[in-house]
Amino acid sequence: MAKGDRTKAGGGGTAPPEPEFVQLLTPDGERVAHPDYTVDFTDEEYRGLYRDLVIVRKLDAEATALQRQGELGIWASLLGQEAAQVGSGRALREQDMAFPTYREHGVLYCRGIDPIMPLGLFRGVNQGGWDPNAFKFNMYTIVIGAQTLHATGYAMGITKDGRVGGGDGEAVIAYFGDGASSQGDVNEAFVWASVFNAPIVFFCQNNQYAISEPIERQTRVPLYQRAAGFGFPGLRVDGNDVLASYAVTRAALDAARQGQGPSLIEAYTYRMGAHTTSDDPTRYRIASELDAWQAKDPIKRVRAFLDKQQLADEAFFAEVDAQAQREATHLRERVLSMPNPHPEQLFDNVYPHGSPLLDAERAEFADYLASFEGSAN
Amino acid sequence: MAVETLTLGKALNNGLRRALERDPKVLLMGEDIGKLGGVFRITDGLQKDFGDERVIDTPLAESGIVGTAVGLAIRGYRPVCEIQFDGFVYPAFDQIVSQVAKMHYRSRGKVRLPIVIRIPFGGGIGAVEHHSESPEAYFAHTAGLKVVACSNPSDAYTMIQQAIASDDPIVFFEPKRRYWEKGEVDTEAPLSAAHPLHAARVLRPGRDATVLAYGPMVRTALDAATAVADDGRDLEVIDLRTLSPLDLEPVYDSVRRTGRCVIVHEAPSSGGLGAEVAARITEKCFSRLEAPVLRVAGFNTPYPAARMEEEYLPDLDRVLDAVDRTYGW
Repeated sequence: MAKGDRTKAGGGGTAPPEPEFVQLLTPDGERVAHPDYTVDFTDEEYRGLYRDLVIVRKLDAEATALQRQGELGIWASLLGQEAAQVGSGRALREQDMAFPTYREHGVLYCRGIDPIMPLGLFRGVNQGGWDPNAFKFNMYTIVIGAQTLHATGYAMGITKDGRVGGGDGEAVIAYFGDGASSQGDVNEAFVWASVFNAPIVFFCQNNQYAISEPIERQTRVPLYQRAAGFGFPGLRVDGNDVLASYAVTRAALDAARQGQGPSLIEAYTYRMGAHTTSDDPTRYRIASELDAWQAKDPIKRVRAFLDKQQLADEAFFAEVDAQAQREATHLRERVLSMPNPHPEQLFDNVYPHGSPLLDAERAEFADYLASFEGSAN
Repeated sequence: MAVETLTLGKALNNGLRRALERDPKVLLMGEDIGKLGGVFRITDGLQKDFGDERVIDTPLAESGIVGTAVGLAIRGYRPVCEIQFDGFVYPAFDQIVSQVAKMHYRSRGKVRLPIVIRIPFGGGIGAVEHHSESPEAYFAHTAGLKVVACSNPSDAYTMIQQAIASDDPIVFFEPKRRYWEKGEVDTEAPLSAAHPLHAARVLRPGRDATVLAYGPMVRTALDAATAVADDGRDLEVIDLRTLSPLDLEPVYDSVRRTGRCVIVHEAPSSGGLGAEVAARITEKCFSRLEAPVLRVAGFNTPYPAARMEEEYLPDLDRVLDAVDRTYGW
């Protein structure tokens, strides 16, 4: 399966051949067996996954719209990657810690975090501003791959704290993309995690593009095979299959928390939208490629599965849509009412212990601002 | 009082030992710091006494050292990273400048990264390239980092402990060519009674001109002051100690009295700490200056091959030449 999993860069107008990966739910919604992985969900849990998928897509679309209307400075859409994010996000246990990139809005949602939390960053009123330990979800990291080292260090800390071993042990998941796989930091994180046997799962969403550059510009081997060179297991999962994404992530996290060390998951998926709202993917990929991936949509297949298994009816689907709309509207209202920061806040929190130099600058700046008061308007 | 005569390197070793004893969350991380005790032996014996879970020989990758320290700090640890030589810190530059420096700001104060990054810096040891650099200005330029440099055994002992106890991320520069110089260290004085970490110190009072230095150049400045004392010229020598934030009130006080100021560092003059200090002195003491503030610095070349470093490095004569020139205006 190594090379030649896909046709050449940019696609040739047809979908690449299906690579070998763990799949439990086909694009048509057929539940298929895998020798090593399965899920055992109740009907309600299946419906819950569908609900998650629909809501995170809706919230994402709302954020894209907000950007188009000038209410967000930029937005990094997760469109197409919902299954990889919901599947892995729901696989986390409460005590587990996630280190996201800037696109893991679906994981954030599945951690039970209010989706308004990261929007201050994209609106430009703050730079994140949340406590990673309070949410077991690190701040978004913009510099590509840097967070994989933070995740590895955190996982080393879990080991030092004696929190590895048994079902209540802790584990870490580090998110990154196909582009990040070329970064030195990611490769250093693999080395560190390996030699310190850190309880961490490296979760790579291979969405086929690093902005405009296709995966062939990052690697000659399937990304999951990189793990072998670092001495830990790697596998590829159908990243558009929420069941398989859940199953492999849960197994990898549980292995990590029990002391079996790191692993790499390559979630094979597709960025159906632009890299960010500043991007124009029509310059580097053709419409038929998108069409081919539309047929493998992560949400459609779950809906087809629920239909076929008679796990849900039209009333359920309508109710989910209505809930998604309500949450999106609520999100929009709160984005629009986000207060702008006061200019003097730019001096806040540079140092835990402060700085006399900054105190002086802040005072001078306040005087400068005050000098305009009462001036002619 | 338990005053011991220690080398600067041994004083650092003792300070690290104290920090490890005081707080179980303190970790040392770096290349060859375990059994070997570091290439300069600053961590000598610490892995033996505190174990390889707390004194950690890391893989050979500087970004990894600092990047994993970030994660350990988020987890509640207090990592002390050793960068083996000044010229090897650049692979970690992103982690230091974009991650360590900005986390507290980005998180609106919710994440503290009490990380110390120790860097042996400066030349004068006859080393091959990349082993003699003075990169402090890069870090002093970066908001969110604090930057200090010790110059003598007593300060080395206390400053390293103060840096580790601080919740601010600190880049800690050690004057590698002074590692073997001895001085008296009071190893039982309480840390709380020590000179504050982010404070300059007047090491030698004088009336005629002010000489500022930090790290390895403090000894050079003191030697220069001694050399001209017999000629009747009385130099005041101030050890800046903290490069970010700068503590310049003692400097302004001094320059207002002397009217003359020379700043000495090994780093190239352009964009260096001397330029920053000179600008601020000019803003605060303009009417009291008898001459422009002069810099004695490394040349604006890459650090040269070892057999040219004596010419490159500021020395006693170049310091005194600059002092003389302040009398020529």
